[in-house]
Amino acid sequence: MTYTPHKPRLAEDSDQLRSRIPGWGADLDPADRPSVPREQFDPGRTGAHWEYPDEQPEKWPRERSVEHTQLPPVFGTAQPPTGLSGAIRRYAYAKYSEGQAAHWLLLMAGDRVDTVESALRSVLTLHPDNPITETGVLAEVKRHGMSSRLGHNRADVKHHWMDPFIVGAPWVAALMLLLRLTRRARGHA
Amino acid sequence: MRAMVYRGPYRIRVEEKDVPAIEHPNDAIVRVTRAAICGSDLHLYHGMMPDTRVGHTFGHEFIGEVHEVGPSVQNLSVGDRVMVPFNVFCGTCFFCARGLYSNCHNVNPNATAVGGIYGYSHTCGGYDGGQAEYVRVPFADVGPGLIPDWMDDDDAVLCTDALPTGYFGAQLGDIVEGDVVVVFGAGPVGLFAARSSWLMGAGRVIVVDHLDYRLDKARTFAHAETISFTEHGDVVRHLKHLTEGLGADVVIDAVGAEADGALLQHVTAAKLKLQGGSPVALNWAIDSVRKGGTVSVVGAYGPLFSAVKFGDAMNKGLTLRMNQCPVKRQWPRLFEHLRNGYFKPSDVITHHVPLEDISEGYHMFSAKLDNCIKPIVIPTAAA
Repeated sequence: MTYTPHKPRLAEDSDQLRSRIPGWGADLDPADRPSVPREQFDPGRTGAHWEYPDEQPEKWPRERSVEHTQLPPVFGTAQPPTGLSGAIRRYAYAKYSEGQAAHWLLLMAGDRVDTVESALRSVLTLHPDNPITETGVLAEVKRHGMSSRLGHNRADVKHHWMDPFIVGAPWVAALMLLLRLTRRARGHA
Repeated sequence: MRAMVYRGPYRIRVEEKDVPAIEHPNDAIVRVTRAAICGSDLHLYHGMMPDTRVGHTFGHEFIGEVHEVGPSVQNLSVGDRVMVPFNVFCGTCFFCARGLYSNCHNVNPNATAVGGIYGYSHTCGGYDGGQAEYVRVPFADVGPGLIPDWMDDDDAVLCTDALPTGYFGAQLGDIVEGDVVVVFGAGPVGLFAARSSWLMGAGRVIVVDHLDYRLDKARTFAHAETISFTEHGDVVRHLKHLTEGLGADVVIDAVGAEADGALLQHVTAAKLKLQGGSPVALNWAIDSVRKGGTVSVVGAYGPLFSAVKFGDAMNKGLTLRMNQCPVKRQWPRLFEHLRNGYFKPSDVITHHVPLEDISEGYHMFSAKLDNCIKPIVIPTAAA
């Protein structure tokens, strides 16, 4: 195909598309598109009857980004930070801005610690973790796991076999490192 | 009340939790009648989103009935049927005053880069979500809207995120008459983005995915041409071939953080969590759009860095446009389109799942079993 000033021809013109597709061109005029222009100054249209909202009571020192100049007036109160994971999370918020990778990597680490802490705590309750029901793996039987995957040329199926090794490798490496450090510490004792 | 709770990557269960309380004078408590599982919920479920705490209840797409209101609430009453945008927003901060409701600065202590989102980790404000029998809805005079009498519940729940996000994605493309539009991702948002592209005058719409049943839906629901990227060794080259070597005028990324199709990205992002997301679809978008074209991103990515081909974007003079959708801003015009019959959002719903079975619902949706496109959760009290 030679490169010329013209747009490539379309298989159907606008009239054909309008007759085939319900609503074709209804928002052809950008003025009809609700997010055009992107910013439209109109603070009166939201239903708010305040310029600055009442402030929600802070029932514990709410962790917050150091990029905020104040605690926002409204916030979620679900799952206050607790345990070692809570300490990691509080440190990540207090020490690093959102612009630093350490902030996010610490929060990810806190999530993994939280998972282990919660699994250990659940053993002490009447409702311990149940990997069968919590993973929903029974859907494999009820929702046609095999036939949904096989014969459809799905991209994800091609790497299914290696996924457990990839996910497990860091945990195995961490465990080996821990064992090695423990042995070394005993050797020095 | 019964509520879905996160227990760690790939593990959730249903537990008894306290019914949420009014914590601010403009709060409402909503009894949930429908919730949806969103593709972006899978990023939480897979442990990709920083500060996703064990015990967190997901769910940012939900509708319900007002159960209780705080003392300053003027626009809602107990018993009202309401649809709740996924954005928590105050209505008056610098950003809300300009219509950027998804970027509200008054609702998320944990991050300044993202606004508040129900049930979407503490990075998005630490609000429990709607995959439960009851949910706390802050700024009840600002966010929720009454469900019109003519709208059924399945359509209404899709108006809280998936449909407006797809419609918004097409708007971000600045489509002009006769444009060639490529949409990566044939999930609900991609399907709605493809369908919306026609409303804005697209001359050709091509949807790319690897799941044959979703591509079938793209052909029937969105009237689109389709490409399975697993049938082409190089999907960018194929798209260039289809557009006479120029590339598409507009490309929409409706995939986000867990895009498949490149092993290195899959391993480092989706599995090892060393990136904010696997930008396979975004990189394909950058490479398959024409020079001077526009890439619209409505797929969700995490806050950590991602290996994006920014050099190509710069050299091609691209316009990159993106945001979380300011949902309520889309409603008046979208509702006109619904009444005119241009959309039937519930056409993409494939499964209704009781809340008690939600762990199997997540597994089915995550593993793409049983031709699942959009699962809806029915809380126990609403069944």
